[in-house]
Parts: sequence; structure tokens; C-alpha cells
Amino acid sequence: MNVQAPALRDPRLNSPEPFTPRDGGFFQRDRSIHPPAYAPGYKSSVLRSPRQSLLSIENSASEITGPVFGHNDLGPLDNDLIRNYAKDGDPVGERIVVHGQVLDETGRGVPNTLVEFWQANAGGRYRHKKDTYLAPIDPNFGGCGRALTDDTGYYYFRTVKPGPYPWRNFVNSWRPAHIHFSVFGSGFAQRLITQMYFEGDPLIPVCPILTTIPDKDALDRLVAPLDLNASTPFDSLAYRFDIVLRGQRSTYFENRTAGN
Amino acid sequence: MPQPLNYLKETASQTAGPYVHIGLIPAMAGFDIFEKNFSNVLVTPNTQGERITLEGKVLDGSGSPLRDVLLEIWQANAAGRYNHPADRSAGALDQDFRGWGRGGSDFDSGLITFETIKPGAIVDKTGRKCAPHINVWIVARGINIGLNTRLYFSDEEAVNADDPVLNLVEPAVRRKTLIATRSERAGKVVYSFTINLQGPDETVFFDV
Repeated sequence: MNVQAPALRDPRLNSPEPFTPRDGGFFQRDRSIHPPAYAPGYKSSVLRSPRQSLLSIENSASEITGPVFGHNDLGPLDNDLIRNYAKDGDPVGERIVVHGQVLDETGRGVPNTLVEFWQANAGGRYRHKKDTYLAPIDPNFGGCGRALTDDTGYYYFRTVKPGPYPWRNFVNSWRPAHIHFSVFGSGFAQRLITQMYFEGDPLIPVCPILTTIPDKDALDRLVAPLDLNASTPFDSLAYRFDIVLRGQRSTYFENRTAGN
Repeated sequence: MPQPLNYLKETASQTAGPYVHIGLIPAMAGFDIFEKNFSNVLVTPNTQGERITLEGKVLDGSGSPLRDVLLEIWQANAAGRYNHPADRSAGALDQDFRGWGRGGSDFDSGLITFETIKPGAIVDKTGRKCAPHINVWIVARGINIGLNTRLYFSDEEAVNADDPVLNLVEPAVRRKTLIATRSERAGKVVYSFTINLQGPDETVFFDV
């Protein structure tokens, strides 16, 4: 005699809500374009990489939601690294503007999201008590800033171009000039930290950290092109850096007014 | 050829590096720059809910604490509601609780702490009750892409046993890696956790 288990019943079967394919979840992360946790060419990853499989879970409120930031969280000079730590003059270095759009995988701008950035000074030295590189600290340069994207996802900031610096991996490993970026998006599952590099830097193809990325196109997308159109004559060059966060099956934000 | 699907690709992750504090917690890097700073204190005097301290370490594959790690936590308020427009559940919002904070480990001991409240249980879209938990995101030098995990509470055994995410963890013996242990110290409630990046007690990390 066959005894059948009772059929599972979709709890939404008799829901009065109209059907929509937009459940608010984010597109599954394509991990083939990200560096693997264990990347032995970058030696620090060896002891710091999980070895078990990640447990895949469908998005719930815990992942779809995330912290909301507003202009009240920022100060007026936060996106101006030339001024936000200046004591008695401008910082040393090539003056640059970095600008771009935070988009999601559907191509929509991500509005009102917090973008944070930090970098070494023009000599390749970080203002950090654990950095002991022999290049000097610049008394007029802090090296960090932040911005909120506008309604279209656009952001911009002003800084000096960071210098390359040596680090302990192989005895002659040098980081290409780079700026670190931290981006939030609308949900905590979109949280991303990455680094922006500069077009034409010969250290890019030999960097043990950059080459943890297995996908050549994904690596190229971290390289910001020189953008002469956005450069300010007789003042600053510009680099364009667009950032793409995971897409979302959602309509929650389509009618949302701009943040405070 | 079918029509093309013109999605963009997500930007690749890169390690936060050893100097992540400069950008995210400049006071830890040793300087003061912003008028307003984010911190590991999520509560104000007006926040609703039971005050708790989260306290723990992240250990590498040799069992040594990471002393340059940065954690962010994201959680619901005491009523089980996230402070975000996409959470349309019934619990009341608390204007004095954003639900998010970040903290770096101590450069000597590796200890990380947060001052927050215990979140309420969350009801998901299908009406299922989920055990109270705090979402954790971990970045550091040597971590190529941020690690997502959760902290559940040791004094919530009954709801933990029914939690839909905890029940996905197999083998079941690994579920304990997600449970923070409650104790009381000098009248304060402390939940202690250890996040093991590797080894027999490797913490469960999620692909969210």
C-alpha cells in the first residue's frame, strides 16, 4: 500500500495580495566574478579564508533591509579630501576628482546611498598608526571621505592621487595606486567593499591582491579611466568610477521620495 | 539567438585591507576628521529594549584573534522591526534605533564589542516566526569578500529550535557556531561570541 505524505501547501495560496514576481530579493550573487576566499598568491588570505561551503539562504527581511543614511550623517567637507584635513595648506599631490554612479545590475541608479572612501597620500603613506612605511605623512591630508549618492545614484569627491607603496607579501610586492570604496545599497546583502585603480598603472597586472579576481573583465571594471571631460581646467584631472551593486526584484523604491 | 539579457555585472569585491579604520572608523586609525562618526554604540538613552553588550573575537586558522578586523551589525529593534521602508511587518518603529553599527577589534586583544539592544523575533513574509538574531558582516586584511553570518541568542532555545535558517544548517552540530552565550557581569547583560574562520568549529557563513 502506498502511503503518500501530505502535499506541502503554499501558505500564500489564498492570499488576497495580487501576484508579483518582485519579492524584494536580490539577484543571486555571481561569485565567479569575485575573488575566492582562499587565494594563496595573497598570503594573508590563507589563514583567513573559510573552508566550508557558504550556506545559501533566500533573502528575508534581514537581507533585503539595511541601514538608511541621510545628509544629517555627513559634514559639509566630507567629500573634499583636499580640504577636510588641511591644517596650513593644501595636501601634496596630483589634484583629482573621482566621480561616477552607483548602479544596480538592472542599470538603475542607487539613490541616497552612502559611499565611503579612503586612501594613502601622494607618497603612498596612510595616516594610520599601524602604517610604518618610510614615506612621510602629509600634515594636510587625512585620506578619507564619504558622500551620499543623489537621486540618480551619482557621487563625486575631490582628492589627490594616492601613491603606490610596498607591502609584505613577496619581498617586492607593490600595491598599484588605489582608493578603497565602501558602498551600502538599500539592503544589507548588497554591502560591498572594493578598490578603484587608475588607468595605465603598470603595477595592476602584477598585484597579488588585484589578481585574486579570476575574471579579466571583472578586474578591468575596477580600473577607472581618465575622464578629461570632467576635468577642471588648470585645477584637477578626473577619473570616472561606476560601481554596480546586486540587482533586486523589487518595486519598494520606485515611488520613494529622495532622502532627507 | 535569443534576445540578450542586458544585466550589468556586480563590481568585484576587494579586501578592506589592514587600514580599513582610516575610512570607516578614523578614530581607531589615530586621528579625528569627521564631525559625525559611526560607532559600535547602537543605542541612545531613549532606545526601547533590553540593553545588551555583544563581545567576541574573530579567530584565524591558527586560533589567533584577528586584531585588524572590522564588523558591522544590522538588526531589528525590540519589536522585531527593521528600520527600513522594505520592512512592512507589524512591529512599531523606534525612532531612536537605526539598528546598525560598526566596530573594530582591539589592536592588542582582538576583542570586539557592541552596545545594543536585544532584537525582537521577526515574522517573515509567509508569517513564519524567526528567532531573534543579529546579522553580522566581517571584513579585514586577507578577507577577499565580506563574510556574512548571524548571531542568535543562547537563552532563546525554543525559538532557535524552530528557526527556518538555523534548521538549514547541516550537520546540526554546526548550529552552535551561530549562538552567542548570555551571561551577566556587573549588572550588565553580555552575549559572548567567537567567530572561527577555519577549523573544526568553523562558523557557518552565509551566501545571502
